[in-house]
Amino acid sequence: MHETSDAIKVENITCMYEDTVVLEKISFSVETGELFFIIGGSGCGKTTLLRCMTGLLAPAQGEIFYFGKSFTNNDSKEREILLKSFGVLYQSSALWSSMTIGENISLPLEQYTRLDKNDRREIVAIKLAQVGLAGTEELYPRELSGGMKKRAGLARALALDPKIVFFDEPSEGLDPVTTKEIDELILEVRDTLGTTMVIVSHQLSSIFRIADRIVVLDHTTQGIIADGTPQQLATQSDDPRVINFLNQS
Amino acid sequence: MSYSISSRSTPSGVPASAVLEANGEECIIRVRGHWLLNTPVPSWYTTIKNTTATSIKILAHDLEEWDTALILFLIHGRTWCLEKNKKLEIRELPANIQRILSHTEADPHPKALGQRPSSFDLRFIIGSKTLEFFSGIQETLEFLGNCTLGIFQMIRGCHKFRWKECFLEMQHCWSSSLPIVSFISFLVGVILAFQAALQLQRYGAGIFVVDLVSLSIVREMGPIMAAIIVAGSTGAGFAAQLGNMKVDEEIDALQTLGISEINFLVLPRLLAVTIMMPILAIYADVLGILGGMYISASMLHIPATIYIHEMQNRLSFTDVSSGIIKSFFFGIIIALAGCLRGIHCERNTAGVGHATSSAVVTGIMLIILADAIFSVIYNTLGV
Repeated sequence: MHETSDAIKVENITCMYEDTVVLEKISFSVETGELFFIIGGSGCGKTTLLRCMTGLLAPAQGEIFYFGKSFTNNDSKEREILLKSFGVLYQSSALWSSMTIGENISLPLEQYTRLDKNDRREIVAIKLAQVGLAGTEELYPRELSGGMKKRAGLARALALDPKIVFFDEPSEGLDPVTTKEIDELILEVRDTLGTTMVIVSHQLSSIFRIADRIVVLDHTTQGIIADGTPQQLATQSDDPRVINFLNQS
Repeated sequence: MSYSISSRSTPSGVPASAVLEANGEECIIRVRGHWLLNTPVPSWYTTIKNTTATSIKILAHDLEEWDTALILFLIHGRTWCLEKNKKLEIRELPANIQRILSHTEADPHPKALGQRPSSFDLRFIIGSKTLEFFSGIQETLEFLGNCTLGIFQMIRGCHKFRWKECFLEMQHCWSSSLPIVSFISFLVGVILAFQAALQLQRYGAGIFVVDLVSLSIVREMGPIMAAIIVAGSTGAGFAAQLGNMKVDEEIDALQTLGISEINFLVLPRLLAVTIMMPILAIYADVLGILGGMYISASMLHIPATIYIHEMQNRLSFTDVSSGIIKSFFFGIIIALAGCLRGIHCERNTAGVGHATSSAVVTGIMLIILADAIFSVIYNTLGV
């Protein structure tokens, strides 16, 4: 499960919405198994970058590579193969409300594997047990609390054993105890499966608790203003914007 | 004895295999290669076949890439050994696999939460539908009561009526319904006149096409067709709009501010459709009559002046007003059905869809029912 090369390489990416440049010529790479945070103030382009990385928004310029393969300049078949190696946990969990939790997790397995119904059911049970939601297969998303929805969303993101999981504000709207539980879960999944985790967040507690590395985005420069471990940046950065952001806790 | 069930090779190397080595009371299963969900992997049950051994060891020292496919194999093994009362030993497994296995080992058969009776259980279906029916009646009565109260409060000037919202809804109702009302009403007039002309021409009574078309359009078809179209466009729109507001907690925000959602959201919409519906019905009447006039002129060679003269002789003020009065009530029905379904929408996206379709179905059903009641009333009154 573990590989040594870079899992993600972003090269000179420019992201735009119509005529507005949100991020300009940004580059960074993420190692396999790394817990990588993209942070910054509101409106700095964190979610836009995530949308570019997950293929929901085409970058205006630049290229993104996953495990050495181009994601942006590749034919649709290759892109589909790469997309199967991603899992995404959205801010709202984005569970399909008309389906039970079990059906939500089973859908990617139905679409992309030849597993029979019983095997799919057992995999759903494994994934739910992994995120601490054993026995909730028959519940509907509306019957879950915010924290449980995040866990169920993570179980769905893990359904196809992705190599990379993207998180958009995983602890948004959660209390500190649940936030800590979600952080521990992310850490456990990474340690167990060696999955590369890319997390968009501005939760300082989570950043200092689990991040291996962070990049800080800023809307005035439309790019990365700092890259390093949270401790390094908090104590050694000479950029007042970074110090100001990281020392709010 | 030893055999292996191996699948086709993964692109990067050794295929997944599970080799059974039976040795009297003990057997060993050697797990090797790439175990991935998207490639065929050996099944536990095919691997173990009719083994009589009482002790089973799984060795995984040549394991390469793996994912949940291997976990599934091991869980099947664990379950099978428990059922058959065999001793299972799993060795040389990476620590992370053992960690995942321990998650399911802690509670291999967790109590299912939220299990529901089978949807084919007749008792469950009857019980739940009955409860749903009574709670639906309660919700509707409560809603109608609140609306009545809101209307009285509005008349007494107890709350500020949102005229701006009302005018916007009137504008939206008019603009969204006008093209389709024009199209359908004209065609209904054409079809009615065409069918009538075919029959009446034979008896030399072609002029009665004018009477038939104008009467049926003005008394029935115009108001009904306009109402059905408005139910499908504006009524459904109300349900979707209010449903989304409920999902996004906008209605909760109103309630926590002490603002009645009925006064704030329902009454402006109710008044807007109630005003617009008679106008649209008159418009539909005109278009329907024009459709009849077109067929009369082209098939029966009845000039427009004669058509209008005959229509004036046949139609009375009562005929026209009976249709307009009906359409006024149809407007109330459409607005209430749309707002009721929207306000009582479930807090999820599927709920918005259900609310929208339910608003259209309820609206159309009640329009037809109201039309039947009006027919009886008009007949009793001799109108």
